[in-house]
Amino acid sequence: MNQRGKWLAAPAFIWLLCFFLAPLFFIVFYSFFERGVYGEIVYRFTLSNYIRMADSIYVKILLDTLAISVITTVVTLLIAYPLAYYISGLPKRKQRIWLLLIMVPFWINFLIRSFAWIIILRSKGIVNSLLLEWGWIEKPLALLYNDGAVLLGMVYALLPFMVLPLYVSLEKLDRRKLEAAYDLGATPWKAFLYVTLPLMKHGIMNGSMLVFVSSLGMFVVPDILGGAKSVLLGNLIQNQFLSARDWPFGSSVSIILMVFSFILIVLYQKAVAAGQHWEGERQ
Amino acid sequence: MKTRNQTWLSLFSYVVLLFLYLPLIVLVVYSFNRSRINAVWTGWTFDWYISLFQNRQVVEAFFNSLTIAFGTAVFATIFGTLGAYAFYRYKYRQKAVLSGLIYLPIVLPDILMGLSLLLLFSFFSVPLGKLTILIAHITFSIPFVFLLVSTRLQEMNVDLEEAAQDLGATPWQTFRYITLPILGPSIISSFLLTFSLSLDDFIISFFVAGPGATTLPIYIYGMVKRGVTPEVNALAALLMMITLITVALAERIRKIGDRKQKM
Amino acid sequence: MKELIQLNQVEKQFGRQQVIHPMVLSVFEGEFLTLLGPSGCGKTTLLRMIAGFEQPSKGDIFLLGENITHLPPYKRDMNMVFQHYALFPHMTVEENILFGLKMKGVNQSEQKRRLEEVLELTQLSEWRKRRPAQLSGGQQQRVAIARAVVNQPKVLLLDEPLGALDYQLRKSLQIELKNLQKQLGITFVYVTHDQEEAMTMSDRIVILNKGKIEQIGTPQEIYYRPRNIFVANFIGENNILEKNGKHYSIRPEKIKVYKAGEPINEKAKTGRITDVIFSGNHVKLYISLEREAQRLLVYDYTFDATLWKQGEIVNVAWNESDEVELR
Repeated sequence: MNQRGKWLAAPAFIWLLCFFLAPLFFIVFYSFFERGVYGEIVYRFTLSNYIRMADSIYVKILLDTLAISVITTVVTLLIAYPLAYYISGLPKRKQRIWLLLIMVPFWINFLIRSFAWIIILRSKGIVNSLLLEWGWIEKPLALLYNDGAVLLGMVYALLPFMVLPLYVSLEKLDRRKLEAAYDLGATPWKAFLYVTLPLMKHGIMNGSMLVFVSSLGMFVVPDILGGAKSVLLGNLIQNQFLSARDWPFGSSVSIILMVFSFILIVLYQKAVAAGQHWEGERQ
Repeated sequence: MKTRNQTWLSLFSYVVLLFLYLPLIVLVVYSFNRSRINAVWTGWTFDWYISLFQNRQVVEAFFNSLTIAFGTAVFATIFGTLGAYAFYRYKYRQKAVLSGLIYLPIVLPDILMGLSLLLLFSFFSVPLGKLTILIAHITFSIPFVFLLVSTRLQEMNVDLEEAAQDLGATPWQTFRYITLPILGPSIISSFLLTFSLSLDDFIISFFVAGPGATTLPIYIYGMVKRGVTPEVNALAALLMMITLITVALAERIRKIGDRKQKM
Repeated sequence: MKELIQLNQVEKQFGRQQVIHPMVLSVFEGEFLTLLGPSGCGKTTLLRMIAGFEQPSKGDIFLLGENITHLPPYKRDMNMVFQHYALFPHMTVEENILFGLKMKGVNQSEQKRRLEEVLELTQLSEWRKRRPAQLSGGQQQRVAIARAVVNQPKVLLLDEPLGALDYQLRKSLQIELKNLQKQLGITFVYVTHDQEEAMTMSDRIVILNKGKIEQIGTPQEIYYRPRNIFVANFIGENNILEKNGKHYSIRPEKIKVYKAGEPINEKAKTGRITDVIFSGNHVKLYISLEREAQRLLVYDYTFDATLWKQGEIVNVAWNESDEVELR
C-alpha cells in the first residue's frame, strides 16, 4: 500500500503551521521589542515590557481576570451539572433535541449575544421599563456596566461549553455502579459524592478547562457589558493593539495569557492520562 | 426513587433553557418594535430592516462577509477534508503532536489568534483587508472541518475500504465510490458550519481587518459602541437568523447522512 | 492436483514481534482449506497477506506461478468475505454485488447475467433492492458471499464469516457454504478458531499456533493421527500419556471402562471415578488411575448415566495400537 496519499494532509498542516503556529512565535518575539516614540517598533532586545507588567495596575488586572474566570467556571459548572444530569436521564430522542437546543446559541457570536443582554438590562431596557411601569422601583436600576453584568455575560456565553463535556461524561457513566452503591446502603447524596462525582472527573475537568481558558481571553463581553470600568486581560490586550498601538507591550501581556492557557491544557492532559491509568479506562 | 427531585430538576432545566433563549427571542422580537426607545412596545414594523438595506455601509459589510464566508468555507472544507482523510488512512510518525496542532486552535482564545496574525501580516507588510480576513478565517475553520470529518471517518466501518479494494477498486476508485459518498453529508455539513462561523466571527476579524474592509460583525460592534439603536437591533437579529438557519441546515444534512450510514 | 497458491518462506513481524515464522504452504486448486488455530496464532494475518492487505516481512507469495507478493489487493485475482461482511451501507444488495464487476469494467449484459445467476444461487432475488441495514445477519452474510463470488475469482478467502451468527444459523450455513464450494469449484481458504466448523467443512486443515504450522492434514488425519501435543489437545478431547520419555495420545472413545468385578480379557488398569458428566449421546468419565499419577477422560456410550458413580472403583483398558506417538 503506497503511502503517497500522506501528502493529502500537507495543505492543512502547512497552512496551520504558517498561519497558526508561526504567528504565535511572533508574539514571543515582539514581546521583547519596544515601541518607539512615533509608534514604530524598535527592534532591540529588551525586557522592559515584562518589567512594566509587574506594576500593580497590571497585576490587579491579571488578578481580576483570574478571579472572574474562576467564578465564571464555578457558576457555569453549578448550572451546567444539573442540566446535564437531567438531559442524560431523558429518553434518547429527547436528549438529542435538548443538546441541539443547548448548542445552538454556541454558534451565534458573543457580540450579538451580549448585545441582546444590553437591550434587556440597560436603563431604558426591558427589565427597567417593566419594573418602572409596575411601580416596583422609582429610578432605573444600574444593571449594566458593572462586574455583575460581565459575569452574567460570561456565564451566558460559555454555558454550552460546559454542558457538552458534562453530558458526554454522564452518558458514559454506568448507572449500574450507582445501583451497586445504593445496594450497599449509600444515600443518594453519598452515592453522588463517592461514586458519581469521581467518575465524572473527566467531564468536569474538560468543561472547566474550556470555560476557564476562554474566559481568560474574553474581551468582547467585558467591553460591551462592562463599559469603561471593566478592564480585564482581554481588554488590556485589545487596547494595546488597537488604541494605544503598543504592540510589544501587548505582546508581552498576551504571553501571560498564552502561558496560562498552555499550563491549563497541559494540566488537563496530565490529569486525563493519570485518571486513565488508575481507572484502567479504555476509551 | 427520585420523582420529587426529578420535578425540581426538570423545572431548573427549563428555566436554564429559557435563560439561554430569552435574550435571543428578545433580540428578534424587538427588532420589529416601532418605538425608537426600544423597551416599550409600540407596534409592529419592518422599517428598521428596510433602512438596513438602504444603508450603503451595511450592504457593503454584508457583501464582504458573504464573500469571505464563502471563500473560507470552500478552502477550509477542502483542506480539512483531505487532511482528515489522509490522517485517518495513513500512518504518520508523531501522530499525537500533529493531532495537537490541529485541535489547538479550538482551545486557545480567539484573541491570541487574531493578534498573532496581525503581527505576522504587519511584519511582512501585508496590507490588511479582505484577504487577511480570509486567511484568518480559513485558519480557524480547518480544525472544525477536521474534527467533523474525522468523527464521521472513525464511525465508518474500517473494512469498507478494504472490501472495495478487494473487489478491484483502485485507491482513487475506493475514495470516489465508497468513502466520498459516505462522507458526503459530513462535508456539506462542514461547509455550512464554516460558512456560518466565518460570517459570525468578530474577534479575529477585528484584529486583522484594517480600515479598508468591514464585515458585518465589525460593523455591528462599531454601532453598538455608539449606542443602542433599532437598526443595530435589526442587523444583529438578521445575522443571528442567518446563522441559525445555516446551522440548522447543516445539522439536518448530517442527520440524514447518519441515517444512510446506519448498519 | 494443481498448486494454486504457494507461500515460500513467508514471515511477518509487527515491530519486534514475530507474528508469522518462516512458513511454507501450498493451496491446491479446488480444495477447501481451513486455517485453524487459537486467537493470536496468526491465521488472520496469513489470510490478509494472501489477500494483499498485509505485506510479508520476508518471503514470497505465488498465484499460479506468478509472484504476487507486492501486488495490491485490487490486482489480485481473489476475493475476500470479511468477518463483519463490510457491505457498502449506501448501496443496495444489487449494487453491492455488481461493484466488483463495475470496477473491472465487465460489460453490461455480462454483469446482468452474472448478477441473476448469483442472486439465484444465494437465494437473494427477493432482497435485491434492499439496503444492508434492512437485512438479517444471515442475509447480509449471503450478500457478502454473493458479492465476492460473482467475480469468479480463482480463490475465495473467508475470514471467520460465520462468527457473528448464532449456533443454529451457523450450523446450517456451514453446510450451505460447503455445498456452494463444491458447486462452484472455487478454491476456498477459510479462517476459523472453531475446530468443529473446520472439521465439518474442510478438505484439509492447517493448524496454526503462535505463527507456526503445527500440522497440515485432512480432518481424519488430524483427529486420528495428531503430530504433537498441541494438536492432540487442540482437536477434540484427548488423553496424553508418557511412556519411556515419549508422549502418546489416546482418544477417550477408544478407552473401554469396566465395572469392578466385571471380567476383562485384556490388560487393564485400575482407577477411581472423580467426575461423571452427562453429555447427551455419551457420558464423560474422569478417572484417576491407582498406580500412576494420571487422570484419564473416557467416553462411555452405554445409554445410562446412572450406571457410573463418583468415587467408584473401575478398570480401564485400550488397544495399544490406538495410541498415537507424539513429537
